[in-house]
Amino acid sequence: MSRLSFSYFPGCSQSGSAEEFGDSTLAVCKALGIDLEELPDWSCCGASSGHMTNDLLSLALPGRDLALAKTIGKDMLVVCAACYSRMKVSQNRILADEELARRVEEAVGADPRFTGEIRHLLDVLVNDVGIAAIKPWLRESLAGLKAVPYYGCLLVRPPEVCCCDSVENPTELDTFLEALGVEVRPWSFKTDCCGGSLSLSRTDIVEKLVNKLFERAEEAGANCIVTACPMCTANLEMRQEPGKFGFKLLHDMPVMYFTELLGLAMGLAGSEKWFKSHIISPVPLLKELKLTS
Amino acid sequence: MIEAVNRRLEETLEARTGQKVRDCYQCKKCSAGCPVAFAMDLVPHEVMKMVQYGQEERLLSCSTIWLCASCETCSTRCPNEIDIAGVMDGLRQMALEKGAPLGEPEIGMFHKSFLGGIKYTGKTNEPVLIGAYKAMSRRLFDDLGLGAVMVAKHKIKIFPRVVKDRKALKRIFDETGKGGAK
Repeated sequence: MSRLSFSYFPGCSQSGSAEEFGDSTLAVCKALGIDLEELPDWSCCGASSGHMTNDLLSLALPGRDLALAKTIGKDMLVVCAACYSRMKVSQNRILADEELARRVEEAVGADPRFTGEIRHLLDVLVNDVGIAAIKPWLRESLAGLKAVPYYGCLLVRPPEVCCCDSVENPTELDTFLEALGVEVRPWSFKTDCCGGSLSLSRTDIVEKLVNKLFERAEEAGANCIVTACPMCTANLEMRQEPGKFGFKLLHDMPVMYFTELLGLAMGLAGSEKWFKSHIISPVPLLKELKLTS
Repeated sequence: MIEAVNRRLEETLEARTGQKVRDCYQCKKCSAGCPVAFAMDLVPHEVMKMVQYGQEERLLSCSTIWLCASCETCSTRCPNEIDIAGVMDGLRQMALEKGAPLGEPEIGMFHKSFLGGIKYTGKTNEPVLIGAYKAMSRRLFDDLGLGAVMVAKHKIKIFPRVVKDRKALKRIFDETGKGGAK
């Protein structure tokens, strides 16, 4: 297999509230020989607030990053499911509508017609690198971890632009986790919404959605939830209980990124640091299973 | 006498979003699968019907268009291939452009805080976003305990990350803000 090489859009969360996602992504890509070239001086994709309030802005913000990717010329790798969705949707619309492409170009001041592929790391690991090629890198089995794979919304919808094999019952994350020795528990909430964009403004709604996810995960016999989205993880970890003044955890089931588990299974240095930065610490569970010292 | 149905709103939305709301035949799958329906004043299929009836004023000031989390479950399940979440985007944008009273003012404030942060720094910085939103919504004392936990876990960085090419960002916001919502 030729060496995989991408331009890399890290996304804001991966150096902020989801630093462990960003760090573990870089670590596993380096270890697997996937070259990443960070887009120089990239900017925010605008996320939900962009497309909910101003259509042209929602294309121009990713448009600036697409123009940067065009200059580099390689396919683009994204790990945040929200950034991934915005990049893909914008690219599709820009390439399909020349009049719109001209308006975006005018706003950005650079050519946003990036024709390379935009890929999510999970898709690359499962479909390009392949499970068979990852297996020899694994130093320890993650046996004892019982996970429900939580895909969320933006990795799977809209299906015309996203990478998963099924919009109602995707299986990439399942396959990936099984390869690491994780027991994947069946549940029906793989692609249910956590309410990400309402996290600050209508916390009451988000708490209901998040609590339901934890209850269903517990019911499914899981001891952890695995995600591929920093918004999902932030919501699950921080939005469980009405938190006016205090902060209580109603559910203490750890929520981890797929990259962290791959790093752990590969025995990469630095994984302890990732797990320590979670609001719901996975360390007691990992210690109990003798997966970390 | 039966008056002709007012198609203006439906046509405006089609021009904006490319979605043909007239295709909706009220199967209600969108409302059945909507994770936020329990909190809405109008459930999604009702929004579709009211678009067909041209009930613009009521729609632009309802809560639903802001509570929609854009999870796109409805859009993927619609048998008539209407991107319902896309229609919600169109309605939200129209509400802002027309200065309609927002059904969920705090959600409007959140979006304004979020985009304001990007306008000045080019990136989303949690302390800037949270600070701006708290100041605007005056919910100063919410989440203090969580804030302390976030600081302890290094989820909140003291120094905001800033894009070097600030002019590029200014240009994007200036150009896309013309004649529309900021």
